[in-house]
Amino acid sequence: MKKTLLTFLLCASTLSALAAPDPTLVRQLAADDNTDKIEAIQKLALTADPEAARILQAMADESLFLAGEQVFLFDGELARDAISGAEAEMPEDAESVTVNNRLRGELANALAALRLFDSDREVRLKAAGELQTNVSSGMAEILARARDQEQDAAIKPLLVLAHAQATLGDTDPAVRLAAVNALAAAASPAVRGLLLPLTDPSIEADAMVRDAAVQAMKSIERTLAWGDTLAGIFSGLSLGSILLLAALGLAITYGVMGIINMAHGELLMVGAYTAYVMQSLFRSYLPEWIDWYLPAAIPVAFFTAAAVGVLMERTVIRWLYGRTLETLLATWGLSLVLIQSARVIFGAQNVEVSNPSWMSGGVELLPNLILPWNRVIIIGFALFVLFLVWVLMNKTRLGMFVRAVTQNRPMAGCVGVPTSRIDTMAFALGAGIAGLGGVALSQISNVGPDMGQGYIVDSFMVVVVGGVGQLAGAVWAALGLGIFSKLLEGWAGAVIAKIAILVAIIIFIQKRPQGIFALKGRFADQ
Amino acid sequence: MSATSSVLPLPATGRVPLTLRFFAALDRKAWIALGIFLALALIVVPVLNLMVPPDSVFHVSAYAITLIGKIMCYALVAVAMDLIWGYGGILSLGHGLFFALGGYAFGMYLMRQIGRDGSYQSDLPDFMVFLDWKELPWFWLGSDSFGWAAFLVMAVPAVVAFVFGYFAFRSRIKGVYFSIITQALTYAAMLLFFRNETGFGGNNGFTDFKRVLDVPITAPETRLMLFALTAIALAATLVFSAWLVKSKFGRVLTAIRDAESRVMFIGYNPLWYKLTIWVISAVLCGIAGALYVPQVGIINPSEMSPANSIEIAIWVAVGGRGTLIGPVIGAFAVNLAKSWFTVSFPEYWLFFLGLLFIVVTLLLPQGLVGLWKKIISKKQGAQA
Repeated sequence: MKKTLLTFLLCASTLSALAAPDPTLVRQLAADDNTDKIEAIQKLALTADPEAARILQAMADESLFLAGEQVFLFDGELARDAISGAEAEMPEDAESVTVNNRLRGELANALAALRLFDSDREVRLKAAGELQTNVSSGMAEILARARDQEQDAAIKPLLVLAHAQATLGDTDPAVRLAAVNALAAAASPAVRGLLLPLTDPSIEADAMVRDAAVQAMKSIERTLAWGDTLAGIFSGLSLGSILLLAALGLAITYGVMGIINMAHGELLMVGAYTAYVMQSLFRSYLPEWIDWYLPAAIPVAFFTAAAVGVLMERTVIRWLYGRTLETLLATWGLSLVLIQSARVIFGAQNVEVSNPSWMSGGVELLPNLILPWNRVIIIGFALFVLFLVWVLMNKTRLGMFVRAVTQNRPMAGCVGVPTSRIDTMAFALGAGIAGLGGVALSQISNVGPDMGQGYIVDSFMVVVVGGVGQLAGAVWAALGLGIFSKLLEGWAGAVIAKIAILVAIIIFIQKRPQGIFALKGRFADQ
Repeated sequence: MSATSSVLPLPATGRVPLTLRFFAALDRKAWIALGIFLALALIVVPVLNLMVPPDSVFHVSAYAITLIGKIMCYALVAVAMDLIWGYGGILSLGHGLFFALGGYAFGMYLMRQIGRDGSYQSDLPDFMVFLDWKELPWFWLGSDSFGWAAFLVMAVPAVVAFVFGYFAFRSRIKGVYFSIITQALTYAAMLLFFRNETGFGGNNGFTDFKRVLDVPITAPETRLMLFALTAIALAATLVFSAWLVKSKFGRVLTAIRDAESRVMFIGYNPLWYKLTIWVISAVLCGIAGALYVPQVGIINPSEMSPANSIEIAIWVAVGGRGTLIGPVIGAFAVNLAKSWFTVSFPEYWLFFLGLLFIVVTLLLPQGLVGLWKKIISKKQGAQA
């Protein structure tokens, strides 16, 4: 690193020693012909002189003026001579140097190229990143120089690509061949577009270059296809993690306890609105901690939804144990009441819940495969909740009691398990997990009174496919349904994919009425 | 789970002619009630609407006729739901689908009856012109014929119900599983019909009808005709259902509801019993849908939303399932309350409906009819 810096400083000093902007070039910037202007821009860029950079920047800002043969920089108040940099009186009849879009692109590239010699690594990285599109052949020389000087492993490949783009149109077939070979390493749709003309015999005369271009195209397309497939699988995983969050609570209330809870989606909504309330509270009282509202919302949402769950269980569901169809209708009624309550409290419109800053943006794995942070974090969160539920159900006393009550209620009661309290606790747990799911949902979808309705069918499908009575089924079913439906969506459209999934589930249940993981033993056919 | 209605003893010997068995389906009081209902719907209401001046207290407004006609369609759906839920023990949350399919089947005919009076003055329905379609899709073939439309109204729900029911009942999917899957079915169908490419008008569905059987659809006479037809259909369905549930078929069905395994061990195959009542129920819903569309003047995919289907269940539950008059009472009570609430207190309607679901399931498992019976038997107990 130190060595890099040292060489860099050396180069910079040698370069600046060369420089004092060439007066003829500066004059040429204000030429009538655009081609002349471009030539001047590129030559000035080649000098890598900070003074030249200032002039080009002024030109890009349209504050470069020409009066007679003298060129001025004028920032609205103060006029300077462009060459000497000394303050000067600008004549009244000075005219602004016109800059069209083509010139603007050249200027941007030239300025970026000048920044390639900056001492700050970040500046160079950014400049190299900007030089990935529309690089004209005139830039080849400066890019070659920057490429040869550059020691940083992250910047160098970018410069190689930029240089290759600049030399694609070179007259020497060997140079073109080298450019094509360099570009083959970059798998982006833009590069594919650049290489396409070179596969055409009427444009590219040299057979070697043509072959190399064809090969490069093939390898790029392979990488892009990989990217597409991986992107499909990732969005499937993402959908699966959301389904899993929505269905985990249901796996407890329905899968384990056998309560059909049509208000489950509304418990998700409660969680999402909790995130919204926490966001508002943080905005008003702790604006400097705003990014932390989400972690704070997690426990609050869990307990809020659990409290709603306890209320539901104690007042309604408790009286309907063993009467599943009635439970279905009563909980549907509860869901209507909850939806309308949300409407009355928060209004019928969707509310705005924004991502904390650490959740926005994404990580780019391939040019066409970008993983947004919020999705990645939600997948991680789903795994965390899954782990939590697993621990609770398998490693704690409460979990043991819940399993005991599920397997044999009277016997559990006989050995002293407080069955009715366990029912309430287990239902509260399922509701609380739905609340956690709601917090996650608030980060990627709309938060509104009706948001829960869309998940209820899907989450029941997950539980039905996974099989009643345990968690593993729910996990596999959620991930399977998520990936399967995203891949189907890719080539059949969202609606057809949804219908196909539903039909597939109906057929699946024909074959395995108990789900993927059927419970074995006496109570399997209850 | 006992849902007994008073049974008139049938003649014990020999085969009784079907007509007589139909007569035996209802008792004397029920026939009289049905007679009064038909007299009201076919004579009194038309007279009060057409002959009595609008400013009189006895005038029945067009709004009231459309509202009652609409609710009678709902009552028909509720009876169909009761056949499958109250008597078969199978809770369907997808009956809105069959209702909408019947409505769409008849709506296609109504769309064709618009002819060139649409805003694009084309032979094709407006939405097809809008989509730049040049000719009718194959499934619109014959949609200009009333007979074919009437056939489709019954055939489409029947076929869908048969195929779905066959697979569902064959693998003995029951209880909540069945309810959830029917809900998924109607949800999927709703998504399908929302698409413009499906060919049923997408979001907007069918509307702006002009004529039915070449008669203007908004004319008072047409409206009364549809009203009378709905009343007749409802009455006929009640008689048919009363006969059906008292027939041997109905007894086996009730037995399946109460103890499916035992019925199987005796030697019946529940599949065909369930499938038959399921298809009958779907066809009745289709007919109700077909009567509903010309009266209300619109059909769109939201009729298939799961929420609509589950509301049908509450009509039956409020009235009292396992009785035939219950669903009719329930449909009228809930829907009259709905039209009153949505006008007077729109924001409280969902609270009311939600609480209705809870209260009925918790406190009134037999519905209003059960409550009435309880009061009567208490009175008789007090007298004795």
